[in-house]
Amino acid sequence: MYHSIYDLVTGPLTWLGFGVLVLGGLFRMVSLYSLAKKKDASSIAYNKAKYGIRSILHWITPFGTLGWKENPVITVVTFVFHICLLATPIFLGAHIDLWDLNFGVSWPALPDHVADIMTVLVIAAGCFFAYRRVVDKTVAFVTTWKDWFALCVTMGPFITGFLAYHQIFNYQFMIVLHVITGIAWLLFIPFGRLSHAILGWYSRVYIASEFQGVRHAKDW
Amino acid sequence: MYNEIFDRKIEDVGLQTGIDRLTPEKIEKTVKQVLEGETGAKLKVYHDTCVRCGMCAKACHFYQSHLEPSYSPVAKIHQSIGVLIEKDGKVGPDFIYQCAQIAYTECNLCRRCVHYCPLGIDTAYMMSTMRRICHKLGVTPQYIQDTAHSHSATMNQMWVKDDEWVDSLLWQEEEARDEFPDMRIPLDVDGVDFLYSVIGPEPKFRTHLIYQAAAIFHEAGANWTMPSEPGWDNSDMAMFSGDFEMMGRLKRAHFECAQKLHVKRIVMGECGHAFRSIYDQGNRWLGWKDYPVEVVHSVEFFTELFKAGKIKMKAKHPGIATIQDPCNIIRGRGLYDHLRFLAHEVCEEIVEMAPNGEHNYCCAAGGGIINCGPPFKNVRMSGNKAKADQLKAAYDKGARTILAPCHNCHGGLEDIIHHYGIDMEIKFLGDIIYANMVKTKAVEE
Repeated sequence: MYHSIYDLVTGPLTWLGFGVLVLGGLFRMVSLYSLAKKKDASSIAYNKAKYGIRSILHWITPFGTLGWKENPVITVVTFVFHICLLATPIFLGAHIDLWDLNFGVSWPALPDHVADIMTVLVIAAGCFFAYRRVVDKTVAFVTTWKDWFALCVTMGPFITGFLAYHQIFNYQFMIVLHVITGIAWLLFIPFGRLSHAILGWYSRVYIASEFQGVRHAKDW
Repeated sequence: MYNEIFDRKIEDVGLQTGIDRLTPEKIEKTVKQVLEGETGAKLKVYHDTCVRCGMCAKACHFYQSHLEPSYSPVAKIHQSIGVLIEKDGKVGPDFIYQCAQIAYTECNLCRRCVHYCPLGIDTAYMMSTMRRICHKLGVTPQYIQDTAHSHSATMNQMWVKDDEWVDSLLWQEEEARDEFPDMRIPLDVDGVDFLYSVIGPEPKFRTHLIYQAAAIFHEAGANWTMPSEPGWDNSDMAMFSGDFEMMGRLKRAHFECAQKLHVKRIVMGECGHAFRSIYDQGNRWLGWKDYPVEVVHSVEFFTELFKAGKIKMKAKHPGIATIQDPCNIIRGRGLYDHLRFLAHEVCEEIVEMAPNGEHNYCCAAGGGIINCGPPFKNVRMSGNKAKADQLKAAYDKGARTILAPCHNCHGGLEDIIHHYGIDMEIKFLGDIIYANMVKTKAVEE
């Protein structure tokens, strides 16, 4: 029974997760780009790669922009959160073992204790974001169920992964829950709030071209 | 959390009359018409991806002045167009009143918040779209609507009749004869170097600005003209009321007026929003990626005159001055270096406001808010304590003059210095240049 559930979630359901991530992501990017060509021609006509790249370089640099400088705590937490959020699942030894086992590909892994600390950092950052959503009046005012949903989906695999790794509660149950929450994470990236991961680049490049190209001013 | 009851409603006859005529069906139909017909991926991406981090709050002078969550850029979206998108336009008339008040009177469309958003969300675009919906619903503040009506009836902002326009120019030319016996304000001269265009309020109540500009051009030996026909007014409140059809007509008339006279380029007076209307919004509505006739702002043109040595200062403006960087020419068009060059050419000493340049705070008059008239004056005053604090800091460093090359900035700052009791005077570049330049062609005093 347990093995069949495990096989289901790590087999077909994982394929579904990656499938939706890749195909759904591509669909969103292609359909929005063609919609932009059709309806926002007077905006995207000014798009230029060099402006976009320059802007992205500023915005991926901590304290490289006015917004980051004026919000120092969020800046530090946001950078730590996103770096750990992306690096941990990709460079976790156990994940790489699965890739090796199933596809025969592998790459260098993070030491387990480092990955463990990074997981804790993601959870801590998530708690900070949750705290702000409740306590910071400016953020609380604009928070909706969508924001809580996005936060829960993002945190799910990290909390369950942490519990499973440390064998807190039932390991077998927790590892299945970890895979399920991980799949949910993949499923929702192309849609809603989490889609900023793939669509944020569009708005970044556009506003960069708008500011640097048309307005001759920095967008950072 | 978002309070469903809008607790700062201000009575405005234009908004109320519009609301009284609305039905939920009409609202839904119009919202859909705009969202589906006039917007596309841009609005969708902004709406979907905003992660509600609240970083933009600190960007906004309204938020900085009130320190109240409902004034942050994201909150303005959250209380207006965000709801229309979520509910697919299924809202009642009272909610539209709230949307209109927020979009027309609590956002200057200054785009300072762009510097704060990692995702590059353009709140001004969303507020502009909100105004567009309100315009199509007939829910616009009375004063700005009157201005938009003037645009559509006269092609200028201030109900200036065709003969009054020419009369005002002749009057200023006649006035100038005492000082400059040979000075002309050339009308409809074909093929000259540039057409000089102004905004409606200049002939209406700031006529001396035309005199000053003409005197500067005369001294510089410029080969220029003004048009006698409609199209002379480069201003565009229709752009801010959401009447984009009218915005397009105005810009077309303006450029055609220059084309008919075969001028090489258009020089524009010291105005911010008019500049925005030709490089940003009006041109795009007409499908022009760039100008059909080259346009230079006064700040650029005066820079040219100084660099070419065509205008020299007899003396610099005395004392210490500070600079108000207008959103539409600095954050909007990168004229920071030009303005600094000129400021140091014409003023004895400059102290900068902090922040400045493209990070400067708006005057709270721009984006059409001052044009929404007296009912909303206090919104601008209480909403720009941030600017008053900046000015007071400059005052404490000795600044007594504010150099502001934009009409809206003038109006807005004039109100702010009176409201907050800051003893400073506000000057256009033209004021200072005219008063202090070497006048080789003037009669001996």
